[in-house]
Amino acid sequence: MMRQEARSPSVRTADARWTSLVRTALRAAAACALAVPLLAVSPATIAHAQKQGGVLRVTHRDNPPSASIHEEATISTDMPFMAVFNNLVVFDPDSKQNRLDRIVPELATSWKWSDDGRNLTFQLRDGVKWHDGKPFTSADVKCTWDMVSGKVDGKMRKNPRKSWFINLREITTNGDREVTFHLKDPEPSFLAMLAGGFSPVYPCHVPAAQMRTHPIGTGPFKFKEFRQNESIKLVRNPDYWKPGKPYLDGIEYTIITSRATMVLALEAGKFDLSFTGELTPELVKDVEAQVPQMQCVVQPSNTQGNLLVNREKAPFDDARIRKAMALAIDRKAFSDILSHGVDQIGGAMLPPPEGRWGWSPEFRETVPGYAADVEHSRAEGRKLMQEAGYGPDKPLQIKVSTRNIALYRDAAVILIDHLKNVYIQGELEPLDSSVWYARLARKDYTVGMNVQGTGIDDPDVMFFENYTCGSERNYTGYCNPELEKQFHRQSMMTDFDARRKLVWDIDKALQEDGARPVIYHEKGGTCWWPQVKGLKLAVNSIYNHWRFDDVWQDR
Amino acid sequence: MLSYVIRRLGLMVLTLFGVSIAIFLLLRIVPGNIADILFDSAGLIDPAEKAKIVHDLGLDKPLVVQYAQWIGGLLHGDLGYSYVSEKPVAQEILPRIPITARLAGLALFFAIVTGVPLGVISAVKQNTWLDYVLRVTSLSGLSLPSFWLGLLILMAFVHYLGSIPIYDRTPDSFGALVTMLGVPAAAVGFRSSALIMRLTRSSMLEVLRQDYVRTARSKGLPERAITFDHALRNAVLPVITVIGVETAFLFGGLIVTETVFNIPGVARFLVEAIRWRDYPMVQNLVMFIAVVVVTVNLLVDLAYMLVDPRIRYGE
Repeated sequence: MMRQEARSPSVRTADARWTSLVRTALRAAAACALAVPLLAVSPATIAHAQKQGGVLRVTHRDNPPSASIHEEATISTDMPFMAVFNNLVVFDPDSKQNRLDRIVPELATSWKWSDDGRNLTFQLRDGVKWHDGKPFTSADVKCTWDMVSGKVDGKMRKNPRKSWFINLREITTNGDREVTFHLKDPEPSFLAMLAGGFSPVYPCHVPAAQMRTHPIGTGPFKFKEFRQNESIKLVRNPDYWKPGKPYLDGIEYTIITSRATMVLALEAGKFDLSFTGELTPELVKDVEAQVPQMQCVVQPSNTQGNLLVNREKAPFDDARIRKAMALAIDRKAFSDILSHGVDQIGGAMLPPPEGRWGWSPEFRETVPGYAADVEHSRAEGRKLMQEAGYGPDKPLQIKVSTRNIALYRDAAVILIDHLKNVYIQGELEPLDSSVWYARLARKDYTVGMNVQGTGIDDPDVMFFENYTCGSERNYTGYCNPELEKQFHRQSMMTDFDARRKLVWDIDKALQEDGARPVIYHEKGGTCWWPQVKGLKLAVNSIYNHWRFDDVWQDR
Repeated sequence: MLSYVIRRLGLMVLTLFGVSIAIFLLLRIVPGNIADILFDSAGLIDPAEKAKIVHDLGLDKPLVVQYAQWIGGLLHGDLGYSYVSEKPVAQEILPRIPITARLAGLALFFAIVTGVPLGVISAVKQNTWLDYVLRVTSLSGLSLPSFWLGLLILMAFVHYLGSIPIYDRTPDSFGALVTMLGVPAAAVGFRSSALIMRLTRSSMLEVLRQDYVRTARSKGLPERAITFDHALRNAVLPVITVIGVETAFLFGGLIVTETVFNIPGVARFLVEAIRWRDYPMVQNLVMFIAVVVVTVNLLVDLAYMLVDPRIRYGE
């Protein structure tokens, strides 16, 4: 039946299409007529339309390293386990764009900044229980961020977001229902960091080791089972603090490492939803062609490809060479080859319209290396290389290191080709994943092709995590104290337009300085069957909308 | 006979000891360890935290000590803990063995019930159109990569039946269960079947030209009795050897089939464990596969005696 529906459009006659159009128009008119009285009905009444029950079947791309969100930086952990937890606050699920002015309470009922912008106080929800029945209190909030900010040893194996909270001085509680975050400096975006999927509140009484294998949360779904390389199962939390929610009886993730199998299984109706961003734009087209009723979106995956240059090693300590390399890159060619032009071009921040902080197209044109005339940029690059002593008869021989994964390798091959235009002869050095970050940490590379993700579309996350002196993820060792002052300046600003203007300038300075030339911003596709309702994805983050408490199935 | 079996069992122990040293050392020669991979997913390396993980897992101890701990535990039935799942290795491995065993068993069954009779037919009907068809079919079985064949089967199912026979722990119906088990088994068994068929054919052709077959025929025995009682029984020894080799292969080499049909068996799990440098998991899985291989080899040798009474060991 499903397949017949899927193939029917291709066999329709022109008459049938016309009839269908007329019917659609009539249905639309009828829907409008019905919508008028519906608008007068309260949201509570509309909520009755949502059906209770059913298990949502979702594909998963790989085996998550663990179930502990605070210990991981991958969507493989975040997407399946976010529904087990709650945050203090979350990005408004009804807003398509994650932004600071669209944050709503979750375990907090309200929050208030002190006049000096250094203290953020939350009032906490009453009557919330952990999945093991223990009460949720302010102590849980305190111990979570004491652990994440590195103030106490929470026995986590790793702590990838410590840099997000370097501005956190102290957390204090006032009774069980009030908690205050004391910051060293004003930082409005601090709230955004608490609103992301990577910032759940953990229970104090559950050890870190258990959170990796059997997480306990306050969220709409309870952890049931995690079979390594096979499946993850969550079941409805009947004691969830949001009355009547969640609608689903459970969520089951099946780990399918073969992308071809995953697509076929989705098309066959074996699954309701694909793992987020896992479908390439080309695959999305295929799925839509095979199953026209499938709902699909292609949107940024918060992942960018960038060029790493070890500025501590000669001859890359010469700014002219770094700049020449940046000028050699034809970003449009990367996008065309890797994604048929779907990937976006921008600086460190995600480009608009999805991104909130990226350059406008007009501003982008003013950044060296981003102009449409690539040949002009390359000519300039060649001139710089000649000044540094290289030329067509004496090219600079380098190794371009990258992870031995197609996503990285393909980009590295294009990069090597582009670098030839500025007298740089590259040799590909594919590295096993197990040694890639170890080599980066030791600065044991000269040039690298890197692909990296960012949890939240916010300059504080991007700049402090990747570009501050000594940050763990500052792979190139870039250190510009003057620019770092600007990082702090923008961080303290409350006026959006003024802050964005400064962020654009900082981003431009980073690209001009060859800190980590950004080449492309990836996009990925997510598809689901039309019976899945209430799924709300954000356009500028794949990490923050997986609570699933509004999702239901119209079966 | 008994002394032969005892001698073989002794050799098995020696072989497994050699395998244990080889896999232990090879794993440690491969660059990176579990700490590197754990940090890989976090996008950074914290040297202090990495050192702590290495220490907690005992990876900073001398290799001899690590090996002795593993073998000591193994001899006492303690397989250790997985570095990734942080659960006992036995708890992770044991549920997967029946899945792979079932798939391998069904594939082997499919290969034998199709390969041997078709090989016999092909030999008996040598140089007829039926022989040509069977030979071309067997050649395709050997030539088609199993992942490609598997994907083609999946596409055909989705396209024509609107369902997909990938693994499901709780299949909807008996039909779904049969399809889920049978289709991957047939896909992987096709190659083994082709191998067995070709070997049976060539072995049969050789035997059918022997004097004793001519004698049987001149005695006026029915063709069926000649083919099955006289020829096949003598031709089947090399086929048994191949079946033994295929059995060993099917237990450890089903990675592609398990990936395409999304079967959570031993092979896929082993590859994933290697990727994670999950030493306890890899070491014990490889040892398990090694036990299967040496046991099957012993059984094959013993089977020779049953099939051919002329063969006697240890006399």
